[in-house]
Amino acid sequence: MVRKLSTRRRHPLAGFVVLLFALVVAGGLYSAFRPAVADESGKSDAQLIAEGRQLYEVGCASCHGLNAEGIITKRGKNLGPPLIGVGAAAVDFQVSTGRMPMARPDTQAPEKPRTYDEGEVARLAAYIASLGPGPAIPDPEYYDVSEATDEEIARGGEFFRTNCTACHNFAGVGGALPEGRYAPSLHGVEPIHIYEAMLTGPQQMPVFSDEVLTPKQKRGVIAYIKTLEDQTAYGGLELGSRGPVGEGLWGWTFGIGALVLAAVWIANNGVRAERKKP
Amino acid sequence: MSSSPAARSKAGAASRSTAGVVTWLDERLGIGALTKKQLRKVFPDHWSFMLGEIALWSFVILLLTGTFLSFWFKPSMAEVEYMGSYANLRGLHMSEAYASTLDLSFDVRGGLLMRQMHHWSANLFLASMTIHMLRVFFTGAFRKPRELNWMIGLALLMLGIIEGFAGYSLPDDLLSGTGLRIAQGLMLSIPVVGSYISFFVFGGEFPGDDFIPRLYTVHVLLVPGILLALITAHMLLLVYHKHTQFPGPGRTNNNVVGFPLMPVYMAKAGGFFFIVFGVTALMGGLLQINPIWMYGPYNPAEVTAGSQPDWYMGWLEGGLRIMPNWETNLWGYTLSWNVLIPGVLLLGVLFALLAFYPFIERWITGDDREHHLLERPRNAPTRTAFGVAGMTAYALLWIAGGNDILAYEFGLSLNAITYVMRVAIFVVPVLAFIITRRWCLSLQRHDREVVLHGYETGVIVRSPDGSYAEIHRPINPVRAYELTMHEQHTPVELPAAHDANGVPAPAQGKERLRSRLSHFWYADDVSKPTKEELEAAAHHATNGSHALEDGHGPASGNGAHLGIETSGIVGGQDFGLEQKPKAP
Amino acid sequence: MSDDGQHDSPGAGSNGAGDNSLLPIGPQEPLDNPGVPDHQPRPTDVDPALERRAERQVAAMFVVAAVMALAFCVVYFLYDPHPETGETALGVGASNLALGVTLGLSLLLIGLGAIQWARKLMADHEMIEYRHSAASTVEDRQEAIAAFQAGSEESGLGRRKLIRNSMLASMAMLGLPAVVLLRDLGPLPGVKLEQTVWRRGMRVVSDVSGRPIRPSEVPIGQLVNAEPAVFFEHAEEFEGNELLNEKAKAAVIVVRMPPEEITPYPSRKDWDVEGILCYSKICPHVGCPISLYEQQTHNVLCPCHQSTFDLANNGVVLFGPASRNLPQLPLGVDGEGYLIAMSGFQEPVGASFWERG
Repeated sequence: MVRKLSTRRRHPLAGFVVLLFALVVAGGLYSAFRPAVADESGKSDAQLIAEGRQLYEVGCASCHGLNAEGIITKRGKNLGPPLIGVGAAAVDFQVSTGRMPMARPDTQAPEKPRTYDEGEVARLAAYIASLGPGPAIPDPEYYDVSEATDEEIARGGEFFRTNCTACHNFAGVGGALPEGRYAPSLHGVEPIHIYEAMLTGPQQMPVFSDEVLTPKQKRGVIAYIKTLEDQTAYGGLELGSRGPVGEGLWGWTFGIGALVLAAVWIANNGVRAERKKP
Repeated sequence: MSSSPAARSKAGAASRSTAGVVTWLDERLGIGALTKKQLRKVFPDHWSFMLGEIALWSFVILLLTGTFLSFWFKPSMAEVEYMGSYANLRGLHMSEAYASTLDLSFDVRGGLLMRQMHHWSANLFLASMTIHMLRVFFTGAFRKPRELNWMIGLALLMLGIIEGFAGYSLPDDLLSGTGLRIAQGLMLSIPVVGSYISFFVFGGEFPGDDFIPRLYTVHVLLVPGILLALITAHMLLLVYHKHTQFPGPGRTNNNVVGFPLMPVYMAKAGGFFFIVFGVTALMGGLLQINPIWMYGPYNPAEVTAGSQPDWYMGWLEGGLRIMPNWETNLWGYTLSWNVLIPGVLLLGVLFALLAFYPFIERWITGDDREHHLLERPRNAPTRTAFGVAGMTAYALLWIAGGNDILAYEFGLSLNAITYVMRVAIFVVPVLAFIITRRWCLSLQRHDREVVLHGYETGVIVRSPDGSYAEIHRPINPVRAYELTMHEQHTPVELPAAHDANGVPAPAQGKERLRSRLSHFWYADDVSKPTKEELEAAAHHATNGSHALEDGHGPASGNGAHLGIETSGIVGGQDFGLEQKPKAP
Repeated sequence: MSDDGQHDSPGAGSNGAGDNSLLPIGPQEPLDNPGVPDHQPRPTDVDPALERRAERQVAAMFVVAAVMALAFCVVYFLYDPHPETGETALGVGASNLALGVTLGLSLLLIGLGAIQWARKLMADHEMIEYRHSAASTVEDRQEAIAAFQAGSEESGLGRRKLIRNSMLASMAMLGLPAVVLLRDLGPLPGVKLEQTVWRRGMRVVSDVSGRPIRPSEVPIGQLVNAEPAVFFEHAEEFEGNELLNEKAKAAVIVVRMPPEEITPYPSRKDWDVEGILCYSKICPHVGCPISLYEQQTHNVLCPCHQSTFDLANNGVVLFGPASRNLPQLPLGVDGEGYLIAMSGFQEPVGASFWERG
């Protein structure tokens, strides 16, 4: 199922399907967290939390501790940070994008195919959310950018350039951080995950709280990122959107390469006839 | 080739009308004498002689496309609210320069194409000047009498860099503003007068509202004017000196062999103009460059990851990145070595070294003769090695300038790249120097072997007594001539230790240094075969092949043959292997 | 041997062998100059069919080039470069692509045609032209020197030292007006490089939105790209370049980390508000804005030249070419509970300069 999903993720309709899926899941989760309302399968919150704890003990506790208190190694290294108070949004971001569980302790958890399905993520999120108050999974209205106005997008662009481009690059294709760490590309990231990342500050990324960067402003940022993703390259091939380094490389290889070949052709005297002029 | 009477009379009429025009012009301008000489001026054919031409034609394209851009671009830092076509920026406040660049890209048909062609052309202009300079350096074309033209060329390269930087700074987008901010930081680092320079250049504080209009004047008037004048001088000197040529049969230091300006080179050079123009247009159409609408307007509180200059500034950027953070505080004044050395001094040092190189080499080698024949890089090993070492250092700085892109693309550590580069910039060029020099000397040795003993055919023969030998075949005499007609350099010797009367004449320190450097320069050169050695080899080969045919095997056991065919000299076309198999 | 290169360069007369008068090369060359090789005809020189084919090829290129030029005009009117209403092709802007390709092909084909013409059909006999030494003849040079000396003598420049020196002095003086004229290019720096708009009690507000910030709204790990409130409260004073000039110095970043992880200098013990710290956003290296903040390591990296600063430790330089700490702004809270600056910056922000000290 997972593999099938991953092979079809480039299907033209995949975006819609995933969006729909995310909407359903998010809607489901939203209702799940309303007190005393059972989820679709008729389970109570307490049951979800209990199941979440079971999943947690199997998949997460080895690094984050049995009670999510975090583990500090003897050398003072942080094996897994405490998860009390990180909220459901952090769990949804980390687990849904496949960053958690990590394949191995490393400087940075990369995005990879997810290990847990939506239901399992919801259970894990319910368990972690029960440990302490933290950011909840956002409502779709905050990241549904289909209705964003031009004005909102332009304003979102300003927020994007002020807060995001320093690490994620002007086109959102990512950039380098110290010691081999990096800010990943934003292309193809689900709007909900962009929102959750801003809200929770995963790994080295700082937090942009809802009070300082309001949900509406965040939606503008997401909308701007989405326009970057879909934008026509008005001037031709984008050369990786890496700025002048890529352009220089193309200028030297394609430009100077083609012109030097032309020069070789021009200066070459070409074939000679076998026989003499009659 | 038909010569019917009708065609002939037509040709006659044409030549009469040509004569009429020339006469009319000559009577007013006196161009007869000039045209007589120049119209059939000879240019030698070699692909590397056309690299400078790419730069020339790129400059023409820059003038044409730049003029087009200037019809719409507004060099003003006045704040406007953008209400143009590009929705993502509509309603934002920005400078008129940026807004007009957006309009030029989205509302003027062909405007984006011209902008992109202008930018690509600038990249190609600088790139072709650079490789042209390398060609001139590595073939020794800068030697007497062309030292002044070499310096003019360097001035062109320097001005080209300034012009390019000014050009991509004009649109006032986020990237160009970041570049200007760095440039201001460099100005501030200049001792004593830095802050004054910055305030005068920017008309006050950074960014102010004077800078873009000032830069515009520099970009469209001052620098292009000087460039045009220097290019004219460069070309006039080229015509006066006549082009250098590679040595070859019939090609000597006192002639130039090639094709006439009219018609062959008019067609070739003119055609090349269109090819350069066409490639630039294709690049402008197919490859997006500097998408300023994505960077957004300049705001000193914003920055993007991967802030890099265009490629020709990349090595300076690299210097800034790998420089340790040295700063000196003296009596309440600050000297920022961390900025001053890579940002200001490095450029000066490189260009000073390049500018004086012909004179340095001339002094060391004591060579005051005119040179019109090019040297193959291997025949000037020390010069070639210096060139490669310089290129290596430049490339390392280039890499350092893109360290963040490299770190991201290849999953490396930014810090590790920087630390490695801090060491590599001193070590690797030295290694490159040593390796290149040895490589050149080996190639010289190889040339000598080939001339004396022929080339290796790859054919192994077994003689009746069981020994094996590879057949060497003689090389073409034209090739042999090419391989032996280069100069045999000799180091400058110290003046005699005693004068004619036996009184010690102590060599002066300068002379001693010169002699030592000159030995370093030339002493390892492999001596090319002399006439006697060639004759000895020929004699040996003749005997050797007889021996082989007699079935006794080659005496020396290495199957050496005469290096050069003794007959069949027909001309330049026979550069390949001789097909006919010989013994056994 | 040097005679076998008889060929047809008009006016050349010799094949270029021998006669090394311009540059006598050291010892005798080991091999004699074989001379310029004979002209070898091309296939198009000997085969009329090939010649006609080449002619047609060249003409065809010129014709297609003309067609492409027309096509350029057509697509100029056909496609709209407008970013929204304009057409796209192959995922890129159609107008630019079509214009570039038609123009490029048209130019390229003219070039290829001209060169093909030269290569295949124009006469390709190599010609020899003789060089002359770059120098004039000895007589010419001596006459030139004599003329110069005569002129110099007649002017009396050498004898009339008073005139010569006063003339040189007057010309040298003209350099002064040229320099002085540039004085009004800009004002003197004064203290502008050392001062920002930050004052005691000025609120720290979010950039772009201008919202003031309460400490409770800043969770641990937060980064706020912030500005002084005066930019928003007195927007009429800070317009256009006035705003940019001040922003270029006053932009700050506000971060929050667990208070126990902060190791302030003794003098900076009360510069934070419950772990909230404020630093200049302008890199002390050459002035790029820096906000690549890593919330776990508390490092901030400059994207231009990779200087790295430790915000938990007074903004000291960890790595890179910057030599000075990132300037810190002491924070406090005003009566309404919003973050404020407790003073201006206590050192100049941004790139070093001579008078900085």
